[in-house]
Amino acid sequence: MQKNRIDQISEINKDKLLNFTFNGKKMQGYQGDTLASALLANDIKIVGRSFKYHRPRGIVASGAEEPNAIFQIGSGAKTEAGLKATQVDLYDGLIATSKKGWPSINFDIAIINDWMSKAFGAGFYYKTFMYPAKFWKFYEFFLRKLSGFGSAPDQKDPDNYDHKNIHCDLLIVGAGPAGLMSALCAVQTGAKVVIVDEKDRFGGKLLSSSEKINNIPAPEWAKNTQAILENSPNVTCLKRSTAFGYYDYNFITVCQHFKNHNLNQVKQRLWRVRAKQVILAQGAFERPLVFSNNDRPGVMLASAVSEYVKRFAVLPGRNIAVFTNNDSAYQTAIDLKQAGISDLVIIDSRKNNNSNAYLDVSSLAIEVKFNTAVINVRGNKHVDSIDLASINEATGIHDKEITQRKCDLLVYSGGWSPAVHLHSQSGGKNEWSNDLHCFIPIKSNQECESVGSCNGKWSLKDCLEDGLKKTKIILTNLEFDTPDVPLPEVEEKKYFSISPLWRVKSDIEPELIPKQFIDFQNDTSVTDIFLAVREGYENIEHVKRYTALGFGTDQGKLGNINGMAILGEVLGKPINEIGTTTFRPAYTPVSFGVCAGQDIGKFFDPIRKTAIHDFHDRLNVPFELVGQWLRPWYFPRSKETLYASVHRESLATRNSLGMMDASTLGKIDVRGKDAIAFLERIYTHDIANMSIGKCAYGLILGEDGMIKDDGVMARLDENHFYITTTTGGAATVLSWLEQWLQTEWPELDVYLTSLTDQLSTIVLAGPNSRKLLQKMGAKGIDSDELPFMHTAKTSINDLDVDIFRVSFSGELAFEVNVNSNSALSLWQAFMEHGKEYNITPYGTETMHVLRAEKGFIIVGQDTDGSVSPVDAGLGWMLSKNKDFIGKRSLTRKDSNKKNRKQLVGLYSVDKKSVVSEGSQLIKNKNKDKDNPVPMFGHVSSSYFSPILNQPIALALLENGRDRYDERLVAVSSDENEIEVIVTNPCFYDSKGERQNV
Amino acid sequence: MLLINCPWCGERDETEFSYGGEAGIVRPENPEILSDEEWGDYLFMRKNTKGVFTEQWNHSSGCRQWFLVKRDTVTYKIIDSYKFDRSDSENKGSK
Repeated sequence: MQKNRIDQISEINKDKLLNFTFNGKKMQGYQGDTLASALLANDIKIVGRSFKYHRPRGIVASGAEEPNAIFQIGSGAKTEAGLKATQVDLYDGLIATSKKGWPSINFDIAIINDWMSKAFGAGFYYKTFMYPAKFWKFYEFFLRKLSGFGSAPDQKDPDNYDHKNIHCDLLIVGAGPAGLMSALCAVQTGAKVVIVDEKDRFGGKLLSSSEKINNIPAPEWAKNTQAILENSPNVTCLKRSTAFGYYDYNFITVCQHFKNHNLNQVKQRLWRVRAKQVILAQGAFERPLVFSNNDRPGVMLASAVSEYVKRFAVLPGRNIAVFTNNDSAYQTAIDLKQAGISDLVIIDSRKNNNSNAYLDVSSLAIEVKFNTAVINVRGNKHVDSIDLASINEATGIHDKEITQRKCDLLVYSGGWSPAVHLHSQSGGKNEWSNDLHCFIPIKSNQECESVGSCNGKWSLKDCLEDGLKKTKIILTNLEFDTPDVPLPEVEEKKYFSISPLWRVKSDIEPELIPKQFIDFQNDTSVTDIFLAVREGYENIEHVKRYTALGFGTDQGKLGNINGMAILGEVLGKPINEIGTTTFRPAYTPVSFGVCAGQDIGKFFDPIRKTAIHDFHDRLNVPFELVGQWLRPWYFPRSKETLYASVHRESLATRNSLGMMDASTLGKIDVRGKDAIAFLERIYTHDIANMSIGKCAYGLILGEDGMIKDDGVMARLDENHFYITTTTGGAATVLSWLEQWLQTEWPELDVYLTSLTDQLSTIVLAGPNSRKLLQKMGAKGIDSDELPFMHTAKTSINDLDVDIFRVSFSGELAFEVNVNSNSALSLWQAFMEHGKEYNITPYGTETMHVLRAEKGFIIVGQDTDGSVSPVDAGLGWMLSKNKDFIGKRSLTRKDSNKKNRKQLVGLYSVDKKSVVSEGSQLIKNKNKDKDNPVPMFGHVSSSYFSPILNQPIALALLENGRDRYDERLVAVSSDENEIEVIVTNPCFYDSKGERQNV
Repeated sequence: MLLINCPWCGERDETEFSYGGEAGIVRPENPEILSDEEWGDYLFMRKNTKGVFTEQWNHSSGCRQWFLVKRDTVTYKIIDSYKFDRSDSENKGSK
């Protein structure tokens, strides 16, 4: 039964009853309700337990600032944690669960924390759970349970999310009076406008207003304006959409929630808006007042109560007190009176006055007690009565004489704070206004203007005027004709006089009276601020972190301003010297789903496949991801293991013929009359004396002298070269070469073209590789025609190919480059014709083993950006005849110091154990004897070598080349210590006889 | 997110570009004759300007061209973006 629902014209549709469940209890609400309004209608008073003291809490607010009504919504895969009931639109079948309070929110055993609260001040957790350090995991388990954070779903999110980019002339954030006025003005010019609002209809505070615009009630004016905007082709209206981040260059992120979506539709959309100009019309937040037990369920913000009464026809109390330091709450009293409440009193902390507000309530016979404060709330689980006392005008301290008054709802207002969040995120500053008693935005760094109440304009007319005036200026600046839009006539109430009351002061120490809460979500109270100052924290950013003020998902929208003012009071400084904490995105919590959008699963990162991929895929080989490439790791026959497969592939290559898809190598075509001059500066070896058709192994260094990339390069013609890079380095090297050409040597006539995708590379390696090529018609590849490290053009199966006689395995080998469109058919032809030589495709693992047996490095595995050519044993590749990038660094003192790490080989002494890659090399076993243990180097590559029938490894070792035959121990965290012998990194065929046949 | 005006392609989101650091670092003509300290200055020392700063950007996901940008490091405002071959007295990024 909706006990608190009243008969009153409102925004909800009473013909559409909706069923929902709250903590297992079935309830009903109406279409148009938020979860919060439906809970209030059902007279739900306790919605959760507080973070630290487990005090009962009720709904306080009606928007993004709600600190207490935070629930787990939905169940199973679609469950969502930490949603604010004020921002969840009710739908049929909604399931809401409180995550705080055990065994239930109405009886929470951890309320004991509240009884012992004096022990639980700011810093309690820091101070208490420090020791012993290893117990933290144990503490954390229980603390997390107690803190009542929601649960993440344990299944994949079945919903769809997406991203959309939009460019516009004007983005308007907030569709309250100022935002709507601005849009109404802009729509007439044809400017491209985007207007966003959190709620499911435009109007903001107009929707619960009693004022009139152009002689029609404000809610109706809002509705009419929304219709005009929605029917304008140049306006994009985004409802249920929150602008949550303001980034450089007027880049604003907006999260849109879709109502009643089903699984095939989008649930949330991230709009990436790039606006020429931004109008911020986000409105203002009402502040709570600070007094003892001000957190009891049944204590609510005045404007929120007005909204629940007028928009949702929900009356959350019958005997009501309104506590205020300003005029705006008088309107709530009027709204309540008109809703039929007769037990009503206004408690005003200010001196007697004759404002319009006072005259208006007096005419309705509403009692007002001036110069009075609520000093305490009674009732354990809900407001039951309040203690009142008059305030001493001179000292601001309340008198000792206390009167009690029964009430079941206490409504309060501490004034208003402009929502300066996005303005601050844009880099704009805020300034304290001594007239308005709030921070207001001053000049922004970006093309944005704050209008309406987020600019400190409180009256309806001022909001409309501010919106209209600034929009006209902006449109003129954007070179649109200034629209002739008049300011509407307004029948308004000027309820905005205020006299600050930051906390109700008592002559008793704050520790000795019931807690006065500042931040409800984090249980920060006045005593915590006092404690922080006593312990030496003065900067607001430090106090924030020590007391957790503003750390909740409401980001201090409600409590921060009171915290800053009270800190000022304790320090004896005005609030403008305290300043605000930093406002950061996101303004309200944003789901991971909408951040990821469609970029999940197979769309997470692009996948690159070689032209031969289908062959590998049909064999169902395991792939290794190298850069974005999928490369076959090994080619198992039936249920072969990695080890067995690599053993077979590697012996087949060494003994007869292996074949590998090396298409992922970066391939760059270099042409131009200065190609030689350019490459001389890039590579460490001499280029000019390379004859046409000659190949060379090339090293590219960074200017710091360290190995950056390597590969084979070939001279194809006078001014035409072909160079290869590592698979992972292709893009980096190309961009790096371009950088030198474009920024440092623009006078060089050189053209670089990537051929990585256009050409595919098939490696044939092994003693029978030449025979296969010749059998298939390749001409001119005999050893005297095509010696080692040379290239030739020929054709195979009528396909034009370039053959490079180079070897990464130490065997007689040919790299065959072919147009990618023909690569698969050529590969299959090799498979077919190679049968007589037991042709064996091999993957990256066998390639690694074969090259390690020869002591060839892999850049990025055996080097890490701190390995010079000399360290890697490649000093012979450094030309003495020319300058090249990085050369000067090689003669720096540090490059030549003793004990640099050098590339060496390692054998395992027991000829069985394969050391782990990454193992550290130390002197002796029993590593604990010497602590810390001196470490001389580390293992960079390690394999079992099938041809040598024993484990081999490559390592970087201090003074490695002087330590051959020395015994060391390789240790890693996950296995035993393995004794190794240092050796030359070339383990197999050190004279190179096999590749030179 | 910056909106960068590529002199070839026009305004694009920052995500299409990669950063190339301070402009105007000229590679010495004869590295061999420099002291370790002088070479180290070229290699490692950068101004870290507060205010207007000339820097190199590459339209790496677009036309792959390098160009120069004048940007205020305090406000992130881009004051100018231009090709290397513009005859500009401050354009010392290239020789």
